Amino acid sequence: MPDKQTVCVQGVTKTFDTQHALENLTLSVGAGESLALLGHNGAGKTTLMKLVLGLIRPDAGKVRILGVDPAGSGATEIRQNLGYLPENIAFYPALSGAETLAFYARLKRQPVADCARLLDRVGLGDAARKKVGAYSKGMRQRLGLAQALIGNPRVLLLDEPTTGLDPELRHSFYNIVRELEDDGVSVILSSHALTELEAHTRKIAILRKGHLIAAGTLGELRDQANLPIHIRLNSHQAAGFSDIASSLPAGITQRPINGHAIELALPPTRKVEMLRYLVGNVPEFDDLDITQPTLADLYLHFQNRSTPS
Amino acid sequence: MKAIAILASKEFCDGIRNRWFLGAAGALMIFALGLTFVGSAPSGSVGVDRLAVTTVSLTSLAVFLLPLMALLLSYDALVGEIERGTMSLLLTYPVARWQVVVGKFIGQTFGLGAATITGFGVAGLFLLWLAPDSANWHGYLLLVGSSVWLGAVFVAIGLVISGLPQQRGAAAALAFIVWLVFVVMYDMALLGGLVADQAAIIGPSVFNFLLLFNPADAFRMFNLAGVEDIRAAAGLLGADMAGGLALSGALMSLFFWTTLPLGLAVFIFHRKSL
Repeated sequence: MPDKQTVCVQGVTKTFDTQHALENLTLSVGAGESLALLGHNGAGKTTLMKLVLGLIRPDAGKVRILGVDPAGSGATEIRQNLGYLPENIAFYPALSGAETLAFYARLKRQPVADCARLLDRVGLGDAARKKVGAYSKGMRQRLGLAQALIGNPRVLLLDEPTTGLDPELRHSFYNIVRELEDDGVSVILSSHALTELEAHTRKIAILRKGHLIAAGTLGELRDQANLPIHIRLNSHQAAGFSDIASSLPAGITQRPINGHAIELALPPTRKVEMLRYLVGNVPEFDDLDITQPTLADLYLHFQNRSTPS
Repeated sequence: MKAIAILASKEFCDGIRNRWFLGAAGALMIFALGLTFVGSAPSGSVGVDRLAVTTVSLTSLAVFLLPLMALLLSYDALVGEIERGTMSLLLTYPVARWQVVVGKFIGQTFGLGAATITGFGVAGLFLLWLAPDSANWHGYLLLVGSSVWLGAVFVAIGLVISGLPQQRGAAAALAFIVWLVFVVMYDMALLGGLVADQAAIIGPSVFNFLLLFNPADAFRMFNLAGVEDIRAAAGLLGADMAGGLALSGALMSLFFWTTLPLGLAVFIFHRKSL
């Protein structure tokens, strides 16, 4: 565990007019950690990022980034260590990609000469001289990532960074994120692409209507949710499965798929016990698949659990 | 400050890139040349100096045109970037909000100033040929200089307008109303008041004082009351605008009309939620 928290949000509440955007939210991110924010549209992900960036001020609670209040007077210098990719990124359409990056690099007091390398890194080297107004959504997104990476930031906030990217670019995007984490950069990103996040992030926070309803690594979330794991048994034998339901240990449910396949649902803690039992008592099966609950399952579980019925 | 210089030069380059300043310079040049040739014709070879007559005409032109151009340029500066979404990204960079406002002010003032100098400069070259021996050249130079300043005043006012509403359309409407009030309605209201009042309350000194409350009138006063021949050409010889006092009062007015709106724009933008 990193000893120093680079981003710290404590008991933060933010209200827009009458709508509670965030309520009593507490979370923190350390150096070299990545945090994925999940939640429905309007759950408060973007609001949280804007609070961390100091674009808006919390109504209650406190926000610290690298030890400084981002909306306070000392924040201007801190922003040199900060990269942000907004959800709907907009650029000055009359500038070319290279000119855009040069402008932002100057503002961050970074050498303009590095921009060409950054453009290459996100695969825009060939389009550097083209006007940004003529860029496609994916190209704008990549330019947005390039500007966020100017000057090796220590904190990176990425609001739905992979929308508009093709699968290949998504892959290279997550490679970049992993390299940054290894360099000790804190990455906060939000996304709806759950399968991607499952493979690539370390810490996950799920928001619902401004409340933090679950947080932790994928493994911790699985423990918290305690969703059943599924074991699917396949039989290649002509006879298929006989009725095994009556002889199963208590607490295990079964669902026949067809005569040659059967699915068992069981608590995760009983996995090994069940495997031993199957090997000893069910001679019909030739093959089995174990399915852990996916992030999508966990996400729906937490979202539904916190819905007042 | 470096951030201000970067933002100002971007604003200036944007104006050149989209040919805004070129258009402004061209429009000013065409009007100025027209007034130079047409406006100075009636004076003939007798009476007042050609240059003085042209200076009076150009003053009236500048009072109408420059506030309009400045407001058209600056009303969009803040609200436009907020609406298009580039502002929230800009503010995550090491740039304070006041620097954004001041940077835009400087960039746009320089651009509009360059356009003004170009437009009036070309007209000045022709005047050099039409009235080479005039003794009122300093009056013309003062006109050009104060026109640049008038542009600055209305760029600052435009930035206040740009910080207020949530939509560009509202800012545009507000800019037009402000132009109408300062350039057209203020004078009309003052004249109306003068006629209705029959000099009971509004004496000459009160009248002059009221004129100073409007930057456009202060600009007019500065240019028309300053030089003897120009006062003659403007028909102000008998007026109570004593040269020295009117000049310093007008300069004070222009100074406050630059700094106060700029400060107000910074204040408004600082409190704005994005």
